[in-house]
Amino acid sequence: MKIVGTSIGKIDGMAISTGKPVYTDDLVMPNTLVLKILRSPHAFAKITAIDCALAEKIPGVECILTYKDVPNVRFTVAGQSYPEPSPYDRLILDQIVRYVGDEVAIIAAVDEKTALQAMKLIKVAYEVFEPVLDFETAQGHATIVHPEDDLHCNFDIGMRQEENIVSRQKVEFGDIEEELKNCDVVVEETYYIQAQAHCMMETYRAFNYLDHMGRLVVVSSTQIPFHVRRKLARALEIPASKIRVIKPRIGGGFGGKQTVVVELFTAIVTLKTGKPAKIIYDREETFSCTNSRHAMRLTVRLGANIDGYIRAVDIQGLSDTGAYGEHASTVFMVVGQKTLPLYNKTKAVRFMGTVVYTNKMPGGAFRGYGATQGTFALEATINKLAEELTIDPTELRLQNLIRQGETCLTYDGKLLGSSTLHRCIETGKKLIGWDAKYPRSVNGTKVRAVGMAVTMQGSGIAGIDTASAEVRLNDDGNYTLLIGSTDMGTGSDTILAQMAAEILETAMDNIIVNAADTDVSPYDPGSYASSTTYVTGMAVVKAAEELRQKIVEHGAKLLAVLPDDVEFDGQVLRTLTGEKELSLAKLAELMVLGAGNLQICGQGTYGSLVSPPPFIAGFVEVEVDTETGKVELIDYVAVVDCGTVVNPNLAIMQVEGGIVQGMGLAMYEDVRYSEKGHLQTNNFMQYKIPCRKDIGVIRVAFEESFEPTGPFGAKSLGEVVVNTPAPAIAHAVYNAVGVRINSLPITSEKVFMQMRKISNE
Amino acid sequence: MQIEFILNNKPVTLPIKIDEFLADALRKYGMLSIRKGCNTSCCGLCTVWIDGKPTLSCNVLSIRANGKQITTIEGVAKEAEVFAQVLVAVGAEQCGFCSPGFIMTVLAMKNELVNPTEADIIHYLTGNLCRCTGYMGQLRAVKTYLGVNII
Repeated sequence: MKIVGTSIGKIDGMAISTGKPVYTDDLVMPNTLVLKILRSPHAFAKITAIDCALAEKIPGVECILTYKDVPNVRFTVAGQSYPEPSPYDRLILDQIVRYVGDEVAIIAAVDEKTALQAMKLIKVAYEVFEPVLDFETAQGHATIVHPEDDLHCNFDIGMRQEENIVSRQKVEFGDIEEELKNCDVVVEETYYIQAQAHCMMETYRAFNYLDHMGRLVVVSSTQIPFHVRRKLARALEIPASKIRVIKPRIGGGFGGKQTVVVELFTAIVTLKTGKPAKIIYDREETFSCTNSRHAMRLTVRLGANIDGYIRAVDIQGLSDTGAYGEHASTVFMVVGQKTLPLYNKTKAVRFMGTVVYTNKMPGGAFRGYGATQGTFALEATINKLAEELTIDPTELRLQNLIRQGETCLTYDGKLLGSSTLHRCIETGKKLIGWDAKYPRSVNGTKVRAVGMAVTMQGSGIAGIDTASAEVRLNDDGNYTLLIGSTDMGTGSDTILAQMAAEILETAMDNIIVNAADTDVSPYDPGSYASSTTYVTGMAVVKAAEELRQKIVEHGAKLLAVLPDDVEFDGQVLRTLTGEKELSLAKLAELMVLGAGNLQICGQGTYGSLVSPPPFIAGFVEVEVDTETGKVELIDYVAVVDCGTVVNPNLAIMQVEGGIVQGMGLAMYEDVRYSEKGHLQTNNFMQYKIPCRKDIGVIRVAFEESFEPTGPFGAKSLGEVVVNTPAPAIAHAVYNAVGVRINSLPITSEKVFMQMRKISNE
Repeated sequence: MQIEFILNNKPVTLPIKIDEFLADALRKYGMLSIRKGCNTSCCGLCTVWIDGKPTLSCNVLSIRANGKQITTIEGVAKEAEVFAQVLVAVGAEQCGFCSPGFIMTVLAMKNELVNPTEADIIHYLTGNLCRCTGYMGQLRAVKTYLGVNII
């Protein structure tokens, strides 16, 4: 391999890093209406009267829309393949508002200032209800968040509206209670994971206009153009053929933009007025009126024998989906899906629990998608079990973790196709200096300690998500790669072009990447579920291989020999005897000249029956100040099995970025609501994401495996990277000062208070 | 009302609103590299130079630019490109949305600090948040750019 496996710079790198106008708001045309949203000040209320008359009189106000102006058809904004597992529990605007920040009215005006002026003049009367704010009391609460009788589920997810239950789930293999009874050691802990905010630097935004055929053209900072098109069609009751969705460059997504957050508002305004419209959420709206990670409570019970074999894993959970059920059942399902396969010496495993509605901002998709929550709970408990068994936590894992070629209770006899996780642990131990540093060293009031955790994710959604790709030979001998995946800064456009270039033996410059325009691109669900490298990548491989074969076939025809007698080196087609040759440029020219020709194009579609897990072993060294509880990150080592590394530099960046986002979840990013349900941590002053002083040193190493079902042996990388910091840091803090913080984030205050509590006891 | 200032070495007269922030006025004028990421002076996306000093333009009223030298990344395109090449070679631009503000701070640092240590660099750049890269790649790029030995 020449191109796959090398650190090629991103094909859009220079433009995006030097401030060229390539993002959504840079492309807005003049005379575009600016939208602002009037939002509910109440966590749960019914609009009894709404008067826009005065506001509409402000010069420059184009239209004001309320629940009376929208189609009465429910839908989900979750970006998932149809039929979506998320309930159809939304209207564009609803008479009932279900959280502080829920949309009440859309104001469209000539500029932002005018829209804001008009907003102040809208008079709304509410009948205010008692909200459900504590997710642990939501089930069976007197308040029912979704009382409407037209809420719809595409299939049974265990919805019980009258009890505020969105989904109930249970997977059990073996008899968990019986196994736990038979175990020598049983440990149990309960954990809380907060509703982390994505904090992509580019907030949510979109604009749209009607084109020369009266079709709605939506330009949006989205991860899911095709899902956006389908959802707009349903919610606005117009044919999907009348909608085009284009994704320009995106300033980060992290899963947040896997939900249709803003596009409906601009779309309905443009359909009503015929005029272009744009919306840009500010940071406060992005924090408090979009979506976040699902907050969860997870209780883990582990049973093991004194020989160190883990025999039973039981995880029971409660998940808070907030006011609407986007990704509610699937994020919860993934908690079990990406934890139960890890320890495969088990005789029984179970994952069960409930997802509830509350009157808070909805949860959504966020890098890790339930695996993050599950990893924290499971791995923290594994570390506790190691202590109970007096076994080194790395040894306990090496003894119990699934290996390549093995199966586990939840795999239904299927074998794990690739894993180097055991090697990741060995390498990580060496890099962090585990044997010398575990568990701690004391230096006066400063204690240094190490901790660790492992994790897995998936690569695409097995049996559901399917992507297509096309590669076309152009008239002047270069190629166009057409894909529908959505590079959001990850570099996926680049690595997919690398794959095509490798197969076609051409330079990167000869491949024009055209991505994520529903009028042009082949279907792709979008970039989420760690699918682009693996699923779209395999589609690109198939398309490029088909095109290569066609180049040889057509070249052979022109050379008047059989295809088997021709070799192609990327530039020239030659007969094996070397007598005749034809350049690719000439072939390309001839294919579009005269009668009876055919412009050649390769197509590929890929969907996988498996979702091969990437793995990470994460190790951290922290220093805790015993006088203040301050936790400082010293060193983080992440050793990664993502199969073949397609582009080392871009892979390292994914890992480092994910680790830091995981550090934010672990230590800094606290989420607080007021008693009345107002999100208080709604800006970067109140909600602290890591800055460059907060992270210590991060070191990344790869232990490549070869995934037989993946492109060039590659698996995914984008999500798995966020999972290990929380349990590893919790472990290190415990090893330092004996304080077990089970409720994220692990703030210095919590550490200090817990230390004081222990010393008082 | 209107203000007069030097924008990227050219005199500009700009009609402004009294309560308009510099970031909005400059963006309206066509400096599309300027982005707002927070509105609370936390993220560094909107960094421009006022009289050569990196400043958060989302938190400066336009009127304050009157009579000043304002520099955006469009005005230092060549220098920016040199550093951007290093950034891209390392792979540390990722989504790129924070890059213009980040680069304006890096270029200012290069002018301001002599032989900075790694700690100096991290301190100088702390106000530029990035959610994609985890900062390590940016640090590698800056050190390469400044010729600081990489550990």
